[in-house]
Amino acid sequence: MTTNKPPIVRMQKLHKHFGSLHVLNDIDLEITPGEVVVIIGASGSGKSTLIRCINGLEEFQSGLLEVDGNLLKPMGKSTKALQTIRTEVGMVFQQFNLFPHLSVIDNVTLAPIKVRGQRRDQAIETAKRLLARVGIADQANKYPSQLSGGQQQRVALARALAMEPRLMLFDEPTSALDPEMIGEVLDAMRELAKEGMTMVIVTHEMGFAREVADRVIFIHKGEIAEQGAPEQLFDAPQHERTQAFLARVLKH
Amino acid sequence: MDVNFQFDWSAALASIPHLLPGIPWTLAISFGGLAIGFIIGIFFGLLRLSPVAWMRWLASVYIEVFRGTPILVQVLFIFYGLPQLLDGPINALTAGIAAIAVNSGAYISEIVRGGVQSIERGQREASLSLGLSRAQAFRYVIWPQALRRMVPPLGNQAIISIKDTSLFSVIGVGELVRQGQIYIATTFTALEVYFVVALMYLAITWTLSLLLRYFERSNLADQ
Repeated sequence: MTTNKPPIVRMQKLHKHFGSLHVLNDIDLEITPGEVVVIIGASGSGKSTLIRCINGLEEFQSGLLEVDGNLLKPMGKSTKALQTIRTEVGMVFQQFNLFPHLSVIDNVTLAPIKVRGQRRDQAIETAKRLLARVGIADQANKYPSQLSGGQQQRVALARALAMEPRLMLFDEPTSALDPEMIGEVLDAMRELAKEGMTMVIVTHEMGFAREVADRVIFIHKGEIAEQGAPEQLFDAPQHERTQAFLARVLKH
Repeated sequence: MDVNFQFDWSAALASIPHLLPGIPWTLAISFGGLAIGFIIGIFFGLLRLSPVAWMRWLASVYIEVFRGTPILVQVLFIFYGLPQLLDGPINALTAGIAAIAVNSGAYISEIVRGGVQSIERGQREASLSLGLSRAQAFRYVIWPQALRRMVPPLGNQAIISIKDTSLFSVIGVGELVRQGQIYIATTFTALEVYFVVALMYLAITWTLSLLLRYFERSNLADQ
């Protein structure tokens, strides 16, 4: 974790309010290229909001946020930087958010063609390679509704990877899945981590977090309450809130 | 006076050739008006979704005015009223098409707004997260899905507008009802003629229903 590379994500004194609710409170966070960071915390703690700030799906009111050298200003006032960031940061959502009117292959090739200006045949070739990598090469011409949840989420992963992102965000990628499909999605993510992708993952899968994370961050009421290597955070949590949270989620 | 309560099938049959010329007029006013109404509807429907307050307000005013006044008054206003403002008469066909356009446009605005708003927020978020611009997200992801959901209410509106054209007999445009009135004036067979006129409307609207149902089915099959 101690590399000299400049951070790919740099947050300083980040604050976000939803009306009177202080969703993110004075967040300081740096993520190093190649690092796998898992964010845990109770629902409503602000962990999803935190990663959604990184690609500008949520605005913040004050503080500094820099992603791969692009500076995002508070209140969403940085259209150009935001556009650049979004082409370089991929995201996988809890509800997959595949485009239901497009076939699997069109889901994956849309952004490379329209945003990167790739030729169609070239985009299709890349898409097929990515679909094979996540184990669904044979589903390329189906529509999202014809796939299982696990397959849909793997298509969503391939779709994000098609933009060749420098950073991948995962917002509870397995929370909407039936238990028997969680494994296949986690396997695909595990592979990605092994290949050195920088990943920020919000999840409730503590076993997975312990296994793949370089660093685990515990968020409580919009603040980073504690962070550290998985062994340290899971086995010897310092903060009382972390202990209480882990006691709750690790019980079952 | 000899009052005859019998339905005279031969009179009904005989009226058909005299009524048929009304069909192209009815269709021209309906579909001409609806085509323009669709463009108006897209414009004001999207304006209603604008982040800019005065644009939303402008769209609301348009919708409230043309949805809140009778289409009969609208066509009379256009045909008899507007010529006093402009310099010269407006022909009845133009007035009819314009009335359907502005009237259906108001309803279609709401259909467009509803269709676009019905698309889950996640679709837009996924598009933006892939680097698509807001315009691209709308064009490639949101609009195609919204359009599919708009087909049933649009079909509904088309049927309503087709029937609304029957009111335009008051401005003398030679649509179905007008042809019926002219024919009845010489034959006094109101019962038979209006029955046939009704059947002709039914034939048009039912054909449209069948086409829409077929379109919806083939469209949903790939999802």
